[in-house]
Amino acid sequence: MLILECPYCGVKADETELSPGYEAHLKRFGPGSTDEEFEAYMFARKNPKGVHFERWRHAYGCGKWFLAARCTATLEVFGTYPAQVSEPPPDIIAKIRARRPDWSGYK
Amino acid sequence: MIVRTRPADCHTNLFMSGARGFGGRGNSMRYSGLRVITEGLFGNKGWTPAWRDPAPKAEYDVVIIGGGGHGLSTAYYLARNHGITNVAVLEKGHLGSGNIGRNTTIVRANYFLPGNSEFYSHSLKLWEGLEAELNYNVMHSQRGLINLFHSDGQRDAFVRRGNAMINQGDDAVLLDQEGVREHLPYLDFEQTRFPIYGGLLHPRGGTARHDAVAWGYARGADRRGVDLIQNCEVTGIDIQGGVVRGVQTTRGAIRAKKVGIIVAGRSSQVAAMAGMRLPVESHVLQAFVTEGLKPVIDHVISFGMGHFYISQSDKGGLVFGGDLDFYASYAARGNLPMVEHVMEAGMTLMPMIGRAKVLRSWGGIMDMTPDGSPVIDKTHVEGLFIDCGWNYGGFKAVPASGWSMAHLMATGESHEVARKFRLERFATGHLLDEEGTGSQHNLH
Ligand SMILES: Cc1cc2nc3c(=O)[nH]c(=O)nc-3n(C[C@H](O)[C@H](O)[C@H](O)COP(=O)(O)OP(=O)(O)OC[C@H]3O[C@@H](n4cnc5c(N)ncnc54)[C@H](O)[C@@H]3O)c2cc1C
Ligand SMILES: [Zn+2]
Repeated sequence: MLILECPYCGVKADETELSPGYEAHLKRFGPGSTDEEFEAYMFARKNPKGVHFERWRHAYGCGKWFLAARCTATLEVFGTYPAQVSEPPPDIIAKIRARRPDWSGYK
Repeated sequence: MIVRTRPADCHTNLFMSGARGFGGRGNSMRYSGLRVITEGLFGNKGWTPAWRDPAPKAEYDVVIIGGGGHGLSTAYYLARNHGITNVAVLEKGHLGSGNIGRNTTIVRANYFLPGNSEFYSHSLKLWEGLEAELNYNVMHSQRGLINLFHSDGQRDAFVRRGNAMINQGDDAVLLDQEGVREHLPYLDFEQTRFPIYGGLLHPRGGTARHDAVAWGYARGADRRGVDLIQNCEVTGIDIQGGVVRGVQTTRGAIRAKKVGIIVAGRSSQVAAMAGMRLPVESHVLQAFVTEGLKPVIDHVISFGMGHFYISQSDKGGLVFGGDLDFYASYAARGNLPMVEHVMEAGMTLMPMIGRAKVLRSWGGIMDMTPDGSPVIDKTHVEGLFIDCGWNYGGFKAVPASGWSMAHLMATGESHEVARKFRLERFATGHLLDEEGTGSQHNLH
């Protein structure tokens, strides 16, 4: 069972209470951008086997979107954090580095 | 119900019990019923391996990365249709260890959108001749597929789909509730949540033995000169001046004039070796099989509203499954909420299966695209091709995908049935969203 703590209401929610989103920290491209930029933003995914940053919604709880850092190979959860950031917070990065010394970074 | 986790094969095969392959003396021995009987009389001592185990050569005309169904069928059709036999298939594990040996074996041509329709139609025709073509028992069984519907709106959608199938030259029969009852008397028709209004019967739909398909293509490719190289993981792709030169592997560097990436759930990692970021996200799909029972389910039944489908293998096990776990995963095992959901849906539809014991469950990593449709295309690197994005429907596609990918790699042109499977559709917005569920990887 996948369990993530909602950073807003503090509830430790299992996956049945949550809706998965998709890759987090994508740079958004809108009107005025090139077709390639828009396509990459819309569809291209890093899809790592390992550390993954992703969006989740506490759908059957407070209803808010938040972000999670998780390992897609082992399903280990490194942490969750509010969605109002453009890159992972330093404490999450530090946690991941401690657990995955050879991790190449989130970009 | 007891659930244990182990990737499984869920059928037996007279020709395959216990063995990884079975073959003739040298490379020319044909299989036949007579041969099975004679060998049986003389202690089965005459069988030899179904394919060679060659060491990799320094160079090939074509290297295929990935020894799953699609990689093997591509190699086979490169040799058969285009006379290209200086080919190696590089597989990181053993042949058939990926999704080709983990799927629930449904083979159908009930697609609706132009682009998908002609492709799966072509694939089903290849299936229908596959055993004779490969001289291999793939246990293709056209037992009929019934997709249930539960409302007037859904019936209209299925009428439209059925007409699209008939226009494509395939078969479709609309069944009302009585019609479904004649085929499937054991369903719970009056269940309050999704009462059954009827179904769309696709008589030529059915199942096949999953790993026999891999083994049949492997043996066929080997006999035509293709080197099947197992325990050989590709770790890099060599590119010079925009042209592919070969690959780096755990068994050394191998030069190649052309390289095909055909690695299903691992597509993003291998494509990244060529600097590509694909429209793919990997997700786990689970499946289940019960203990062997006497024949009880004659068809393939799809209960879309409940996210459940089922068939019975020739060995007697009920083979069934449901939806993805919905979040990105490379763990070839799923989590319990989806197990519970699938069991509940099965019990809603056909309470009679409630006393069957589940023997095994397992998961496979699916290469999900944002529109649910695949890619068979060139890449930005000359000589480098990619075949991926099969979502959870790539088993039935194995023949036509290999056929089309071989055509593309040999001629440089998309095959006419695979013209819509280009990467550029994501740039131009011509998505092929068969289910109309929206452009997110986990929605298909
Ligand atoms: C539970 C489940 C049920 C399914 N049910 C159905 C169904 O009913 N009908 C249907 O049509 N489809 C179904 N599918 C989908 C179907 O199985 C897949 O779409 C299809 O098998 C994928 O293509 P493949 O056979 O080539 O993949 P695979 O067999 O996964 O082949 C890819 C191969 O590439 C190898 N590889 C990966 N990376 C490397 C590397 N770096 N170097 C060398 N080799 C590498 C892997 O080891 C693997 O053997 C199902 C899938 C699952 C998991
Ligand atoms: Zn919350």
